[in-house]
Amino acid sequence: MTTQEETTISAVISILVENESGVLARVIGLFSGRGYNIESLTVAPVEESRHQSRINIVTSGTPQVIEQIKAQVGRLVPVYRVSDLTTLGPHVAREMALVKVVSSGESRTEALRIAEAFRARAVDTTATSFVFELTGATDKLDSFIDLMRPLGLAEVSRTGVAAIVRGPRTI
Amino acid sequence: MNATPNLNDLKPNARAAAGDVVLSGAEVLLRVLVDQGVEVVFGYPGGAVLPIYDALFRQNAIRHVLVRHEQAAVHAAEAYARSTGKVGVVLVTSGPGATNAVTGLVDALMDSIPVVCFSGQVGVPLIGTDAFQEADTTGITRPATKHNYLVRRAGDLARVVHEAFHIARSGRPGPVLVDLPKNLTVGPAPYQPASRAPHPSYRPRTEPDREAVARAVAAMKGAKRPLFYTGGGIINSGPRASEALGRLVRMTGFPCTSTLMGLGAFPTTDRQFLGMLGMHGTYEANLATHGCDVLVALGARFDDRVTGRLDAFSPDSFKIHADIDPSQINKIVQVDVPVLGDAGRIIEMMIEEWARQSEIPDSAALAQWWQQIDAWRGIRSLHFEQDMTPSAIIRPQHAVRRLYELAMETGRDTYVSTEVGQHQMWAAQHFQFDRPNRWLTSGGLGTMGYGLPAAVGAQIAHPDALVIDIAGEASTLMNIQELGTIAQYRLPVKLFILNNQYMGMVRQWQELLHGSRYSESYSAALPDFVRLAESFHARGMRATCVGELDDVIRAMLAEPGAVVADISVAQDENCYPMIPSGAAHNQMLLGPEQDGEVKVSAEGRMLV
Ligand SMILES: Cc1ncc(C[n+]2csc(CCOP(=O)(O)OP(=O)(O)O)c2C)c(N)n1
Ligand SMILES: [Mg+2]
Repeated sequence: MTTQEETTISAVISILVENESGVLARVIGLFSGRGYNIESLTVAPVEESRHQSRINIVTSGTPQVIEQIKAQVGRLVPVYRVSDLTTLGPHVAREMALVKVVSSGESRTEALRIAEAFRARAVDTTATSFVFELTGATDKLDSFIDLMRPLGLAEVSRTGVAAIVRGPRTI
Repeated sequence: MNATPNLNDLKPNARAAAGDVVLSGAEVLLRVLVDQGVEVVFGYPGGAVLPIYDALFRQNAIRHVLVRHEQAAVHAAEAYARSTGKVGVVLVTSGPGATNAVTGLVDALMDSIPVVCFSGQVGVPLIGTDAFQEADTTGITRPATKHNYLVRRAGDLARVVHEAFHIARSGRPGPVLVDLPKNLTVGPAPYQPASRAPHPSYRPRTEPDREAVARAVAAMKGAKRPLFYTGGGIINSGPRASEALGRLVRMTGFPCTSTLMGLGAFPTTDRQFLGMLGMHGTYEANLATHGCDVLVALGARFDDRVTGRLDAFSPDSFKIHADIDPSQINKIVQVDVPVLGDAGRIIEMMIEEWARQSEIPDSAALAQWWQQIDAWRGIRSLHFEQDMTPSAIIRPQHAVRRLYELAMETGRDTYVSTEVGQHQMWAAQHFQFDRPNRWLTSGGLGTMGYGLPAAVGAQIAHPDALVIDIAGEASTLMNIQELGTIAQYRLPVKLFILNNQYMGMVRQWQELLHGSRYSESYSAALPDFVRLAESFHARGMRATCVGELDDVIRAMLAEPGAVVADISVAQDENCYPMIPSGAAHNQMLLGPEQDGEVKVSAEGRMLV
């Protein structure tokens, strides 16, 4: 680590793995063992036969650390491919949140109004609560949740980021 | 996951459709081991592996060596692997058997040694119930291995075992663990030969890119102050790589240094060899590393013991890094030309390119570089004075030197293992290795207790060779039980203890960095090693002064059986030269005269 700049960047790493037991533990263990950040993580089978899963990890570090992450992950035996979407070009990164707001009166109508503006859907409604479903970029979800905070925000469940490169290219 | 039918619920001795006798899982395991060329297994039995031990009992193709502790089984297998180029094989039981093996696995991981370790596991239906001697072995060993498996279905057994060997020995070698639930080794399992299909996801690259090699060689041709920095990757690549390295070094006329792990790849007695580099490397090797203009790293990984202070490491050089593992490139040091592939193939391609590229190297500059190196050599950084009065205290360096010289007189093929500490560094500095695979030491992990089981592994692999463990009195007690293995198999291992009555390396750091406060580093209550040897059916010998040293070494070398030689050496000797933690290569301490000048920075103090 002699000459490289120390600026921290954020990266979306997509990893295609053999869908076998322990493979997620290998990836996560590698991150914690080597001191890499995990800001969010998603994993699910992505292939018809369910032999392969895709893991998306949002991480941050110096460019050199991001390079190391890719190389270290690439060393794992059940890993087919690992890509840093942030360097592959433009990509789409989305996550979904379920947001529970418990309130009444003025706050309740305000919550509903903001939800409409964000195109969040109320997937559960009671006299005293809403569960909103919202999909979008991470910062959009963050600001929606921030706005709900004074309006009775009670609970949040988020999926973490799923990401894919724009255009015809694949990882 | 696999199309093979699950044979778990077949009755034992049922007949397969093809009419073959159905083998038990344990029998399938042994058959696959034979396919893989396995001749020796180092192991220790227990409940979960009894079916495998039963199958071993009923065959003759594979020899089992019973160690006295599972850690020793792994170290023995490592030394077997390192001294033969084959995969070392280990068999341990579940729970404590597997946990005892963990240190050895990490040791093999850090030094890239191909080992396959089979561990017993409770039956599949019991997994997760805290059954007797159940441990989450794959969980525990995940970061301790290159890869590991828990075999859950009999149909996967043969394929997984074949694959384990492939992964252990290919690419950057390393340890692989296969956890075998007892019901799978008892029950029937289908045998399969090794598959020829490539692994779906694991495809290590071995063949280097010609263009990268050409760029590297172009830089080498233009070098004025070049240096080869070679490592354990060359040994791992096989004897051909070492042979090619010899040709490359001679045809270029460049100087060559080596890491601890790489010793023997290039003859250490050769004039072009500068000695080891790094924390306890020679003055000329470290100053050449600091001053070179083209650094050619071959199968080495810029370990912190080698680089010292990173921002001062080889500051003005153009760096070429040949490694089989992409994750080593730019990990510690940014390099100018990375070359991915097998070290041996890269060296061979460098030789071709060197001959093909027509540029004439600057021989005048090279001659001047050698003059400079010879001036550094003139410092004689490994020099020591031994008082030859017969009653004088033995200096440990002298003991190693004499051991080397007298061992050479025997003309025997000699393998040296070590423990960890000062004696290890003195062995690296003063014993010479003109061939690869003869030097067995724990580099990356620095595992005290490695040497004696390693000597067992080497002697099993080379029954007629001279095998010596150069040991410290503290380290050797960590696996001293292996004297039992040595006795059982009548292994003529020579345990040569440089007994300074201290954890000398700890004492040295305490002297230099902690105001000579020798906290818990005195080896109190040592055993009488001579009588200890005798109680293990070995010969015990002792040298307490210089006058006795040669006779003891000669007697040890002449003894047909195992020997424990307790060599009393100076207690206050420090290992020099030394680059203190956090210092640069050109800030070496050459000897005690400079100890007063040790100024370790605050950051240096935090480094190990
Ligand atoms: C298993 C283990 N525990 C602790 C250490 C830390 N350590 C490194 S060298 C050393 C002292 C070794 O003493 P000895 O074997 O007598 O060798 P000497 O340095 O005296 O030659 C210790 C405790 C280690 N390397 N390995
Ligand atoms: Mg000692």
